[in-house]
Amino acid sequence: MDDKTLIAKRVALEFKDGDLANLGIGLPTLVARYLPAGIDVFFQSENGIIGMQALPEDGAASADLTDAGGSPIGAIPGAASFDSAMSFGLIRGGHLDVTVLGGLQVDEEGHLANWMVPGKMVPGMGGAMDLVSGAKRVIVAMTHTAKGEPKILKRCTLPLTAVRRVDLVVTEMAVIEPTDRGLVLREVAPGRSVAEVVEATAAELIVPPDVGTMPVTA
Amino acid sequence: MKKLVNLEDAVSRIPDGAVLMIGGFMGVGTPPRLIDEIVRQGKRDLTVIGNDTARQGVGIGKLVAARLVRRVITSHIGTNPETQRQMIAGETEVELVPQGTLAERIRAAGFGLGGVLTPTGVGTVVAEGKRTVEVDGRDFLLEPPLHADFALINAKRADYRGNLEFALTARNFNPLMAMAAKTVIAEADDIVPVGVVPPDAVGVPNVLVDYLVAKERSHG
Repeated sequence: MDDKTLIAKRVALEFKDGDLANLGIGLPTLVARYLPAGIDVFFQSENGIIGMQALPEDGAASADLTDAGGSPIGAIPGAASFDSAMSFGLIRGGHLDVTVLGGLQVDEEGHLANWMVPGKMVPGMGGAMDLVSGAKRVIVAMTHTAKGEPKILKRCTLPLTAVRRVDLVVTEMAVIEPTDRGLVLREVAPGRSVAEVVEATAAELIVPPDVGTMPVTA
Repeated sequence: MKKLVNLEDAVSRIPDGAVLMIGGFMGVGTPPRLIDEIVRQGKRDLTVIGNDTARQGVGIGKLVAARLVRRVITSHIGTNPETQRQMIAGETEVELVPQGTLAERIRAAGFGLGGVLTPTGVGTVVAEGKRTVEVDGRDFLLEPPLHADFALINAKRADYRGNLEFALTARNFNPLMAMAAKTVIAEADDIVPVGVVPPDAVGVPNVLVDYLVAKERSHG
């Protein structure tokens, strides 16, 4: 199983039946494929729909129905569409149960940086700042390191997406929960040791005696 | 009042240097004929307010590629390398606004509000130079309204009077922008007799629409 699949499968275990969720572009989008049986989740796309699903088959694309990246999607029976103010009202107003976003850096306070690298990459924040400010639960799905450098740091060096503490960080190595006391190591990936995770993390990790193994199988 | 005008006529009303709101999200819900005609007429020094600059060769991306845009107020340029290149080279000014804040600033203008208070951006670079207002112990940024000279709207259907109906995710910023500009130019995929769009399905009431772009003649 590759790293992205592992991360997506683990994040998928965080959903409750009936949740309204928003998945970021890229890795977070994979999560929808791995929902456990019996867990029905309503997926919002911030361009204005609740009830998006993958395009059921080639040739069924509508020019008026796309995801936030502009790619054609389908919609489940019972889907609803709306304008951008409503869409972000759902996000900012506390109606969104979960958002899953990618990350460039997370720090000891649980702050996320995921929208720009000054001088190198300035794509714009899109909906990320609203999602992190407003969702009831924010899950960061990202690789643990980038080119061997840790992405979980004492303090983010990149501009923050929000000052709200994210709720969970899932990587191919570990599940980490930011808390009042700091970053708590909850699980390690199958085949990984606590020492390996600590080594690949530049922030201090609180390691409880009962660190589990991610309940993910190929 | 006669609203139906031909494409060339509609775009000729836009002067160089105008502030345009353009509906759409990654080009979906962006009026395609109006964009092409702006490029053809070569309008200069435009300020464009829109969710994103789409991709190269798509929607607002066509205006950027033709170098007609002096300033863009948007939430995302990451899918258009040409916008990023022009921004880094100092050729085009880019103001990045969180997407929900962009929607609310446009809505505030159209709804007659002096701005909105949002928690989005508090404690980030977005807060720089802005007023922070505390309400019930929580911090909010005061974000001012965004007005425009023209709103360019794309609807699924318009009736002869200019009532507009939208489809699925092509709705996005269109109804908000139709409230926030001095002059509203709408382009619809189809134009239908009055009554075909039921009142409950009207997303923008006809009184907001100043000009409706006529279809190309298909017969005669």
